[in-house]
Amino acid sequence: MTLENIYTELIAEHSRSTDNRRHLEHATSVERGHNPSCGDEITLELEVADGKIIDAAFNGAGCAISQASTDMMIELLKGREVDDAKRLATLFIDMIKGKVTDDDLLEAELDEAATLKNISTMPARVKCATLAWHTLLTSIER
Amino acid sequence: MTDKNFLRDFPILNRTMNGKPIVYLDNSATTQKPESVVRSICGYYGGCNANPHRGAYQLSIRATDIYETARARVAKFINAPSPAEIIFTKNATESLNLVAYSYGLTNVKSGDDIVITVSEHHSNLVPWQRVAQSVGANLKYIYLNADGTLNDSDIDQKISDRTKIVAVTHVSNVLGLKNDVRAIADKAHAVGAVIVVDGAQSTPHIPVDVRALDADFFAFSGHKMLSPMGIGVLYGRERLLDAMPPFLSGGDMIEYVEEQSTTYAELPQKFEAGTQNVGGAAGLTAAIDYIETVGFDRIESIERQLLDYALPRLRELPFIELYGCDQSVLDRKTGIIAFNVRDVHPHDVSTILDLEGVAIRAGHHCAQPLTKYLKQTATCRASFYFYNTTDDIDRLVDALKKVRKVLRLDP
Repeated sequence: MTLENIYTELIAEHSRSTDNRRHLEHATSVERGHNPSCGDEITLELEVADGKIIDAAFNGAGCAISQASTDMMIELLKGREVDDAKRLATLFIDMIKGKVTDDDLLEAELDEAATLKNISTMPARVKCATLAWHTLLTSIER
Repeated sequence: MTDKNFLRDFPILNRTMNGKPIVYLDNSATTQKPESVVRSICGYYGGCNANPHRGAYQLSIRATDIYETARARVAKFINAPSPAEIIFTKNATESLNLVAYSYGLTNVKSGDDIVITVSEHHSNLVPWQRVAQSVGANLKYIYLNADGTLNDSDIDQKISDRTKIVAVTHVSNVLGLKNDVRAIADKAHAVGAVIVVDGAQSTPHIPVDVRALDADFFAFSGHKMLSPMGIGVLYGRERLLDAMPPFLSGGDMIEYVEEQSTTYAELPQKFEAGTQNVGGAAGLTAAIDYIETVGFDRIESIERQLLDYALPRLRELPFIELYGCDQSVLDRKTGIIAFNVRDVHPHDVSTILDLEGVAIRAGHHCAQPLTKYLKQTATCRASFYFYNTTDDIDRLVDALKKVRKVLRLDP
């Protein structure tokens, strides 16, 4: 594992992107997620109507991986059916756990978020990468 | 002078991490163990293992001897009046919990105050929160000056006639600053309170004399001072320990057990329920031997040299923010440096350093109230021990120079 494989250009960009860092005026759910061991913290806002994620945004502070992962997730899920979002979150978590390794499938389904696959080899950072996705699943369960 | 010869005794430090020679700078979390300590543990389990205090056969007598020798060694090491005042636990956390639940719940009443500092490790904070919540007492915090030292007038203000317990760390595990425990002990005693000292970060690095500190309770962990994990110490004043109810109960801590009642063993067995960590105690004895052979004079002077070498080099990096490193505090600073890299989360710093073979800690260091007080979400921490060298500092500084570049913050 090299630094370039983890801190890719894409992750550096997404970690600083402000496009999705905002509040939703018509949020239907607001869910906080945090990793107590490292202090990563996000608040995920969703606007869901007719089983569809109309809009999503977040605020938070944390490492580049947690923040980039959240940003990528929002880009991926905006406009999707809730059930589809749930399926993709599960797929992402399985990728980070090393359960799904098929690159073609992951790229087709997860788009840019598939670039976080390398994190599956770094146990210390798994929670950073999956924070947003677990938060999303909790939010959908409610 | 820093000394590469120590590396011969610590084989792990000659290994590689991510293909680079290890630079281990997380000694405040746990230290590495010299071969003599590893051998003592193997020697115990390989040749002397039996349940101490129970069997009347030779092996058990030998195990008892090893265990009680360790206790006497610890008593001497921290200048405790009697080995009966040395309780073995699994770590400083358990030691502090023992005091909180056994002494605290018995002696603190509704409306009383428990006074701690904002720089406590969670192990000397959460147990007191729980005691205060259970009995309806107030948990009061001593806050800091801008340089990270305890604010004297706040100490005077917080310690009052209502105070029953003052719990304070000897050395902060984030800022690395020594507190004047004796002065605080005097103030606590003047109002009839007891003082509980968290010695986890001091005992490995500076000579500890519980009598000179006038500590009522003093807790530390073996694993932060070359010993195996799972062995810790609580020193307590005999008259206090005598009057306290047991913490854990079961085998070995009893005198007579009837169907409906029990009388308890004398000190220290009263506080050591169940089979104890004799292998750990053997390791602790070997660790104290090693530390005393090196000597605290030398340990302190090496750590001072590492600090004096590291601080100017870190200050030269424009993107590094240091905490608790002001000129005004250097006389009370131990080998712990808390810092941040501008615009980079500590976990990213730590991952990037890891790939360069440099091990540091990132996060809140089990001191969330302090992290918040410093207005940070987390910090990086490099912490030294006598086996570190100035080469290690060079490697740290070189790796830090890469951090912002890797994240494309600098060209």
